Amino acid sequence: MRIFLKLCPGLLLLVALLAIGIPELMAKQVGMQGEEKFWERTVRFFLLQDTSVQIVVLGSTLIGISCGLIGSYVVTRKLSLFGDTLSHAVLPGIAIGFLWAESKDNIALMVGATGAGFLGVSCLTFLQKCTHVRQDSALGIVLSGFYAVGICLLTRIQKMEFGNQSGLDSFLFGQASALSVEDLWGIGCTLFIISLFILTAHKKLLITGFDLSFSRSIGIRADSLQYVLWLLLAFCIITSLQAIGVILASALLIIPAVTASLLVKRMNAYLLISATLGAFAGLGGSFFSFLGQGMPTGPLIVLVSAGIFIFVLCLRPTDGLLIKWFFSRKNTLRIHREDTLKAVYQILESHDFQHQTINTQALMSKRGIDIVKCEIEIQQLINAGLATTEPRSPKLSIPGQSILSLTPMGWEYACKIVRNHRLWELYLTNEAKYAPDHVHDDAEKIEHVLGDDTIRQLEHILSNPRKDPHGKLIPSLTDMEMGNIESSPSS
Amino acid sequence: MPLIPDFTINQVFTQPWSTTQLITWNLQIILMGLLVCWTCGLVGSFIVIRRMALMGDAISHGILPGLAIAFITVGSLGIGTMFIGACLAGLTCNFCIEWLHTNTKIREDAAMGLVFTSFFALGVTLISGNAGNIDLDPGCILYGELGLIPLAEKVEINGTLFGNRAIWTMGVVFICVVTGAIVFYRQLLISSFDSTLAKSIGMPVKVIHLGLMLTLALATVASLEAVGVILVVAMFVFPSVTASFFFNRLSFILLSSFPLGILYTLGGFHLAHWLDCSIAGAIAVTATLLFIPACLLGPNGGVCSRFMHR
Repeated sequence: MRIFLKLCPGLLLLVALLAIGIPELMAKQVGMQGEEKFWERTVRFFLLQDTSVQIVVLGSTLIGISCGLIGSYVVTRKLSLFGDTLSHAVLPGIAIGFLWAESKDNIALMVGATGAGFLGVSCLTFLQKCTHVRQDSALGIVLSGFYAVGICLLTRIQKMEFGNQSGLDSFLFGQASALSVEDLWGIGCTLFIISLFILTAHKKLLITGFDLSFSRSIGIRADSLQYVLWLLLAFCIITSLQAIGVILASALLIIPAVTASLLVKRMNAYLLISATLGAFAGLGGSFFSFLGQGMPTGPLIVLVSAGIFIFVLCLRPTDGLLIKWFFSRKNTLRIHREDTLKAVYQILESHDFQHQTINTQALMSKRGIDIVKCEIEIQQLINAGLATTEPRSPKLSIPGQSILSLTPMGWEYACKIVRNHRLWELYLTNEAKYAPDHVHDDAEKIEHVLGDDTIRQLEHILSNPRKDPHGKLIPSLTDMEMGNIESSPSS
Repeated sequence: MPLIPDFTINQVFTQPWSTTQLITWNLQIILMGLLVCWTCGLVGSFIVIRRMALMGDAISHGILPGLAIAFITVGSLGIGTMFIGACLAGLTCNFCIEWLHTNTKIREDAAMGLVFTSFFALGVTLISGNAGNIDLDPGCILYGELGLIPLAEKVEINGTLFGNRAIWTMGVVFICVVTGAIVFYRQLLISSFDSTLAKSIGMPVKVIHLGLMLTLALATVASLEAVGVILVVAMFVFPSVTASFFFNRLSFILLSSFPLGILYTLGGFHLAHWLDCSIAGAIAVTATLLFIPACLLGPNGGVCSRFMHR
């Protein structure tokens, strides 16, 4: 289990690589014959040369922004899976709207989808309020029940004479290139209403979202606010269906908002970042879909936003996985260095500080490690300027046969570590009444993290001791300042 | 052609069973439908009482990239490779959700929504990107096609024909699930209702959970050809929730997934025959239609009985 947990970041990274790599690969595989055409299309997309590209770019960016805005509220109010259910539940509405208008008429589809969405929400509320069905089962029931009706109607429409299916199929996975100017108007209006609502009701939304009972006590009608939010959520999903599709519409709500929640804590910044990320995801997805002609846009939008999420998860400041890994590695290296230095000190001490140098063999047996690891540890000390080595005889340098001596800085460092260790042991035996043979393991851990202030305090409490509980001398401050082995502690 | 064709008993109920050829064809469909309903109903009951109905949804979406990769590398619809791919993807999905949930401040529902949509998107992109090379299209995985099950190739061992591969696979999975449910009934019961008690009497709660997740993946993969990844959620959730309006005891709920499965399959089959639409969709619609009266009139916590009590 622990190994799996450790592997998880790696797996996530793999998914990220796939997410970034696959659309590229596919773009080359599906529509493109050569490299040249790939670049041609890229340029065409970003220079906004023709109207269809302009519509796609504008539409997907605006959808991303409105989903990012509403998504922030969805995620903070724990409605993520509610959004998923709602987006599946509009499918029968779309089919009925299509049947009603007998063509892909935007207004009919919109009315149908809104109706179905409302019915879905009412069923959900009814199941939760009036029966013992739990929330997760209720969501599952509404989701799959409505979706099943939708699938039946869609397969039925396919077999009817006016079943001009090509338009309807794109509602499952989205097709951004099929966005029309009327769609754009719908998207723009939704975004306008959403922004207006957020601007006017920002404070109320904030209070109801974080402390419901408080907001009720100061007279905010939390329920009606909640219903407006649901309504806007439904509009947001419905207008984005053409670009992202029924099945994955909830992803564009959830993923940018979750990504933003990793970065900031304040709601204003959260909304802003979430909207920006949503816009990037929409733009990126429609770009890849444009490259690989005929690729469904929805999954690509989701993959782009998942890629952004993984990037943020790994590299966000202070808490990012890679950043954390880097720091913990740095720490591990430091602890290794300190352990090596301590071993060197103890070897010198066992010879009563008669020699200034030790040989590698002694260090190997003291640390209980093999020659390769020992060479690595010594190399790390040398890199940090804490020690120098020279071959035992000037002519040949055999691994594991060299002579190691500490630099003044290294000596001071070694004294400090040993001092930390022994002071702590003494503290545990004298003040915390531990048995002297129980203190070593504890001190092994804490010696690396004791700060200077703590050491001063320990000295004060223990009144500047000279010997540790095992009778060994504690290197004193003067030893450390001398930086010289000849002035050994015994003198 | 109107949306709802005329209903004639002859056309809907008698015609599918009129000739020997039609009977053998339709019996295979019914048999497959029954096996899918029973298997998913049994697994789903445990999922629902553990409040993990949406985990079922997440896993069934999350196995898609595994299926796609297995299919692209091996190139066949064999249950073995597909199952391995699906299990790996499902477990990865599960671990990612739990990892995000425990190691970051992301809440469980958001983590679930994030991970399974991403996995699903990856799967759909892989499939539609390779659409030219493989005969696996998103539509097939999304809604399945129960009507085409009799077309699956025949199993042949030592020259003897044994019949339809898809049905055999589903049958084996069904027998596995039934055996598992009978053998581990006590463990599943205790760990589902009181995981602390289960831990204190020394049950490997995590192993049971993992086993259930694997069974879920197995059931999903096996029923994929027939009902697709989204409607399989209906097969998981509806039987046990419908039964919960009649019974309190888990054993009764488990057993009632058998008669419910028969009702769903026969009802769905004839509904699809009448309306000329997807059979899997019609089965799920039947399940919904049966759920509504159960929810309203069921003696155990139905809306009417609650109203009467007040």
